[in-house]
Amino acid sequence: MLPFFQWCEATFIARGISDSVWLFGVIEAIHLLGLCLLGGALLIVDLRLLGVSLAEQPIAEVARSARRWLITGLVMMAATGIPLFLSEATKCYYNPSFWVKIITLPVALLFTFAVRQRIASNPTLVTSARSRTVAVASLALWYTVAAAGRWIGFSS
Amino acid sequence: MSPTEFFAWMADTPWSVQLRESLYAWPFVESTHVLALGLFAGTAVMLDLRLLGLTLNRVPASALTSRLLPWTRAGFAIMVVTGLLLFYATPVRYYHNVFFRLKVIVLVIAGLNIWVFHSRIHRRIAAWDLDPVAPRAARIAAVVSLAGWAIVVVAGRLIAYNWFDCDIQPQPDFINWAAGCAAVALAP
Repeated sequence: MLPFFQWCEATFIARGISDSVWLFGVIEAIHLLGLCLLGGALLIVDLRLLGVSLAEQPIAEVARSARRWLITGLVMMAATGIPLFLSEATKCYYNPSFWVKIITLPVALLFTFAVRQRIASNPTLVTSARSRTVAVASLALWYTVAAAGRWIGFSS
Repeated sequence: MSPTEFFAWMADTPWSVQLRESLYAWPFVESTHVLALGLFAGTAVMLDLRLLGLTLNRVPASALTSRLLPWTRAGFAIMVVTGLLLFYATPVRYYHNVFFRLKVIVLVIAGLNIWVFHSRIHRRIAAWDLDPVAPRAARIAAVVSLAGWAIVVVAGRLIAYNWFDCDIQPQPDFINWAAGCAAVALAP
């Protein structure tokens, strides 16, 4: 698999970023803005599922409203995260945090869109052991993705 | 004692040295600072988007200011504690970093914006609580908030880069003025 990572780092996008003094930092900063949006859109639903915020509002309504911003945040993160990865792909290959993130990320995405969304869009769902379990799983998965993502930069 | 001298003294205190040189404590504090963004900025953004009529239109605005803002405040508390610790670890460098200075200025503006929102606009929330789009004054506060926090986040991330640091010369006069380089013989 290493040749693939080396190929990634040889793409013109990767080279453009590595050759620039400021591009990596600026893309990283936009990646963080995406994190704010994604974090907000995830948390507002998870806090509601836990029953600790907006508890008087229907879960389905909160989830429906947050969805657009969840997707916007994810698109922002991917649009910036992929170029960041390309620019240091071989470093990522040898970086345990990268592998934690890249394995947890599809699990978190699958859980969010296949499980959480289906459960949260049920109009009869109220705060319950079931809703809380979904929220805790969502928080744990996304926390792992975010923390591992940050840690890529520390372990080098 | 000038601020630079004071921060140089601070940088020499044992805990500052230990935090700066630590293998795990600094990364732990820094990643907590970044991850708390999701809680603080994330929930603040959701309120701003609600004021602009872009999300949760059928939820009363007051439900967000009463139920979501406590979480925003909790996030902010984490940001402040971890942010102060990060400053404490490398005070002279941060004090003379243009991105840090920009961040602090915009933080103050964002704080004033919150004060205006709560002292004026939020007081009359009953009149527009159920409107899917908040009145003009609230929308302006929301746009100022979104722009302000975005600048704070971007500037905060760029503090990590030494592009404009005083020990990297030559720099344009404006940069050296903005970073206060006249005062420094660079310490951590």
